[in-house]
Amino acid sequence: MNNGEERRLNGEVEEDDEDDEETNGGLAAWERAYADERSWESLQEDESGLLRPIDNQSLHHAQYRRRLRAASTSRIQKGLIRYLYIVIDFSKAASEMDFRPSRMGVVAKHVEAFIREFFYQNPLSQVGLVSIKDGVAHILTDLGGSPESHVKAVMGKLECSGDASLQNALDLVHGYLNQIPTYGHREVLILYSALSTCDPGDIMETIQKCKKSKIRCSVIGLSAEIFICKHLCQETGGLYYIALDEPHLKDLILEHAPPPPAIAEFAIANLIKMGFPQRAAESSVAICSCHKEAKVGDGYTCPRCKARVCELPTECRICGLTLISSPHLARSYHHLFPIVPFDEVSLSLFIDQQNKLPKACFGCQQSLLGPGNKPSLCVACPKCQQLFCLDCDIYIHESLHNCPGCESTRHSKIPTANEGG
Amino acid sequence: MASAPSKLYADDVSLLMVLLDTNPFFWSSSSLPFSKFLSHVLTFLNSILLLNQLNQIVVLLRATIQAGGFVIKDEQLIKEGSGEGIPSSLLSGSLSMALCYIQRVFRSGPLHPQPRILCLQGSSDGPEQYVAIMNAIFSAQRSMVPIDSCYMGSNNSAFLQQASYITGGVYLKPQQPNGLLQYLTTVFATDLHSRAFLQLPKSAGVDFRASCFCHKKTIDTGYICSVCLSIFCKHHKKCSTCGSVFGQAQSESSTTNRKRKASDT
Repeated sequence: MNNGEERRLNGEVEEDDEDDEETNGGLAAWERAYADERSWESLQEDESGLLRPIDNQSLHHAQYRRRLRAASTSRIQKGLIRYLYIVIDFSKAASEMDFRPSRMGVVAKHVEAFIREFFYQNPLSQVGLVSIKDGVAHILTDLGGSPESHVKAVMGKLECSGDASLQNALDLVHGYLNQIPTYGHREVLILYSALSTCDPGDIMETIQKCKKSKIRCSVIGLSAEIFICKHLCQETGGLYYIALDEPHLKDLILEHAPPPPAIAEFAIANLIKMGFPQRAAESSVAICSCHKEAKVGDGYTCPRCKARVCELPTECRICGLTLISSPHLARSYHHLFPIVPFDEVSLSLFIDQQNKLPKACFGCQQSLLGPGNKPSLCVACPKCQQLFCLDCDIYIHESLHNCPGCESTRHSKIPTANEGG
Repeated sequence: MASAPSKLYADDVSLLMVLLDTNPFFWSSSSLPFSKFLSHVLTFLNSILLLNQLNQIVVLLRATIQAGGFVIKDEQLIKEGSGEGIPSSLLSGSLSMALCYIQRVFRSGPLHPQPRILCLQGSSDGPEQYVAIMNAIFSAQRSMVPIDSCYMGSNNSAFLQQASYITGGVYLKPQQPNGLLQYLTTVFATDLHSRAFLQLPKSAGVDFRASCFCHKKTIDTGYICSVCLSIFCKHHKKCSTCGSVFGQAQSESSTTNRKRKASDT
């Protein structure tokens, strides 16, 4: 349906183009919307000179396959318990308008989405927020497991001034991350708008200090590549990327949501004591320890100190026990048992055996024959050999984490007569 | 299936995915014969179609051997051969398929019927499906698809209770299996919009406590392996699942091994 819309735009594009050239000087806001969208960039010319929308779906899918392959080439241990500080650069470079409405606005928006995604994927992890402003780093929120408080802190304070200081930010974060238990994976994600850093001392020393403390630092730049950021990421094993535009920035940030491969020396395996609180009875009244309010029902009781908390996962305010529920653990299991990438099935094979192979996607029952009865691209699970359409492929790997085919033939190895019914 | 003349979908048009448990092991021992059960369900499905002419129903049959690859649309009925196997049904497979189908409905455009899933289950939980079922539940929660469940067996099904609780659906265990139709029509027939005005059965205490991997005991406090998240009731020196050695003193042997793996990346 996306294509359909773009096709409709097709005719108008050329007019828009001319409009932009005429009025490029003082654009009204609504005009700028057209200029910024650059809708003509999403067109390509085909052999006969006709303008067509770029085949986004196959492009998108190719991108996704690459990501999947990169993620699954090495089945290694993942750092599931993460302590992540997000450092946001609110120096005056963040007020640049090359991203709309401004760099900091865009960053804040995507950090919010990232925080929610992060906690969805890493229910046992914690996040803290740090801002850089006027050459100083400030803690916005302490490490914590509740997305709401972080989101509020990001969206609440959107102003920028002064210079950025990488060293101050790293020093501050280092001080906090050094205290966390050894089994946790320490990470810093820096969203850096400035092209310089204004430091009080030798930043190389700080980088070495971070390296020694096993803090994985990653930087996403919004302007251009800076040597010191690259150096920092190389030294500490993080990733360094520059965002080209807003969708790219979003992709880059969200790339940090799934747990990174764990480096064993970074975190020592340990047993962590955790509590599994029971839901409080419907009618019981208690003062919760997190909001200090009396609440009727709807809460959990810490099994060690019997304090009431409102939501899980959290840390008991009274005795410090980590409180979780079994679904939270279950939500992390798919990182440990990822499903294998599906193989792309060649079309010729599909046509040859057309009589034998099912013509519909096993997941959504959508016919795999595209418009004009031409077989469209499809994938097959290497284990159960069932065919899937591209949309299901993405859904299965990114959200469901189950192969419907394998799950439906779990016991097929048991020899039985299949003649019933 | 998208044959609705113009997409006049209001908020009370629903797509009902029915996951039907056709496990012969359960139905041969059940007090309610399968044929009776089926006639209850068919009447219920017809009444759903009568509620709104745009309502859609998809039925997935779920046997032990092969979860139904057969989808029944509206009123045509295909019967699937159900094989024999281990007496627990493949809930995970049919849930996964139902969710894939729902994603396709979501993709079909901004106007689509409100999907929901109804599990009609009789056989007991298969513990080996736990992770797969939980994955499906979280995916349903994420796309805001409620999973309703009607459990016909003797004991409560912990999986279905969790599924309904997490996704905001209704879990019901009929006291009188012979009156199944009445339970179905009073509890599960209403669309999602109307549910807000109804007093539907509340889940009575879902137990979210975990059971330890070593003794399968339900525990209040336990130890979690930081590498693989296995649950133990007592402090161990070594994780029985992933083989990591706990504590600083003994960590050398395991780290060298993993260091090599990590450096491969």
